[in-house]
Amino acid sequence: MTIKDQQDEIIADFELFGDWMDKYEYIIQLGKELPLIEEQYKKDENLIKGCQSRVWLHADYREGRLFFTADSDAVITKGLVSLVIKVLSGHTPKDIADAEIYFVDAIGLSSHLSPTRSNGLLSMLRQMKMYAVAFQSKSLHHE
Amino acid sequence: MPESSTIAPPALDIGVIRKDFPILHRTVYGYPLVYLDNAATTQKPEQVLAAMDAYYHTINSNVHRGVHYLSQQATEAYEASRQKIADFINARHSHEIIFTRGTTDAINLVAAGFAKRILNAGDSVLVSAVEHHSNIVPWQMACEETGATLKVIPVDEQGMLVLDELDRLLDGVRLVAFNYVSNSLGGINPVREIIGAAHSRGIPVLVDAAQAVQHLEVDVQDLDVEFLAFSSHKIYGPTGIGILYGKEEWLHRLPPYQGGGEMIKTVTFEKTTYNDLPYKFEAGTPDMAGAIGLAAAIDYVLNLGLGNIHSAELNLMTYALDTLRQIEGLRLIGNADARGRAGVISFLVRNIHPFDMGEVLDKQGIAVRTGHHCAQPVMDRYCIPGTVRASLAIYNNQEDIDRLAAGIRKAAKLLS
Repeated sequence: MTIKDQQDEIIADFELFGDWMDKYEYIIQLGKELPLIEEQYKKDENLIKGCQSRVWLHADYREGRLFFTADSDAVITKGLVSLVIKVLSGHTPKDIADAEIYFVDAIGLSSHLSPTRSNGLLSMLRQMKMYAVAFQSKSLHHE
Repeated sequence: MPESSTIAPPALDIGVIRKDFPILHRTVYGYPLVYLDNAATTQKPEQVLAAMDAYYHTINSNVHRGVHYLSQQATEAYEASRQKIADFINARHSHEIIFTRGTTDAINLVAAGFAKRILNAGDSVLVSAVEHHSNIVPWQMACEETGATLKVIPVDEQGMLVLDELDRLLDGVRLVAFNYVSNSLGGINPVREIIGAAHSRGIPVLVDAAQAVQHLEVDVQDLDVEFLAFSSHKIYGPTGIGILYGKEEWLHRLPPYQGGGEMIKTVTFEKTTYNDLPYKFEAGTPDMAGAIGLAAAIDYVLNLGLGNIHSAELNLMTYALDTLRQIEGLRLIGNADARGRAGVISFLVRNIHPFDMGEVLDKQGIAVRTGHHCAQPVMDRYCIPGTVRASLAIYNNQEDIDRLAAGIRKAAKLLS
């Protein structure tokens, strides 16, 4: 599934919810499916800075693809992190670096990607792209 | 019958007060707004908005320089505001009132002056463990500049300052700076005791009254405090303006903070002589509309009566603490007694992250603050990432508290 397909699927899923409570319940549920970061990587240097809720992020590069694991101490943030990872994990660094993330806006949670809300999702997305760019130049070197 | 059992009719009609605040009548996400973030900033009554509007509509002009009619009117209104503020906190002279950008700016002014004139290597500044970053960082900067050290009055489990060791802590101290009311926990600090102890050693005191002047009567002569700072926007006035009160002799001792227009007497390229108090500390064109708005806010507060405000808020605080205590798993941080608090209720529910709680409350039209409230050392003291903070103002009512309690219950169900 491409990054775009994955986003469209999430948008379609969220269209089923009329009520914001149901939407949040679903997001919190998704947090439980998050590929959890290994304890050894859950340290300060993997902490996304500038957020009230803490988010740890780790990237693994395997066979030309980038895989993310993460965790957060806030459950709503954790659910959103889980969604972003669902969308971006397992793709090539180039696809991740080039990806346009529109699903957060489309499911009515754009405030979570706004710099006025310090929940770390925006910083996390930036960090994922930075990993992608870093591994992209690394993989180009090896070719 | 003992007098205490007779119930006095409430002196203030909150329903009438609410009508003065237009923003309280808007909705958020389809719900009527419940605004409980008053320790961050209060809403503004029509009276304040009208005073500022009238200023711009009728007398806007630069102060102190103009020969013309409007400038005189603007200067008179600006100086009348200064006098109003002096009366409000009972300053001896109106020139002991310095207009600043806010409490932070006022503290920075004093800290910069102390760094230049008073602090030396080996000296220290004493703050408390419940300070806002604004009353920590300026002193850290002053200490860095001079080689002085920063010392801290500790706090107990209830968020109250521990004064057992105060006398020992005062050794080598050149200034004590602490808040009247803690912004993160709401505890009312033992101001008189600390000022008394400092004065008995000849040490001056700065009181950060940002969370006090809107809730309690503050009299600088009665407190006998050297410096006191507060912000307009937390007492129903406009943003961007605040007050530094300083005893005349101390304001004379401190050097000017910023250079520019208004603060000078004569300027040549060789030498500038500085203006008298208070202008020495007011470089540049001041916030005239802000000063007039603040004076209108103070009129508003005086008209309600600070005694009435205090008793209405104490009633609501008691009701709020009782109501919130009924919520399973809710843990109040800070003083358990409503009488020991002003305005602020900090809490956590089970192990729910404050940010999650704040977000789900927001979705129900309830505005609270979450996080460390610019007081990270306080959160470290309790080993918590932060709290949810509901903070009260005079326009809040029992319905707001009931909505908050229902909102917390709904959020707790969703989040645990």
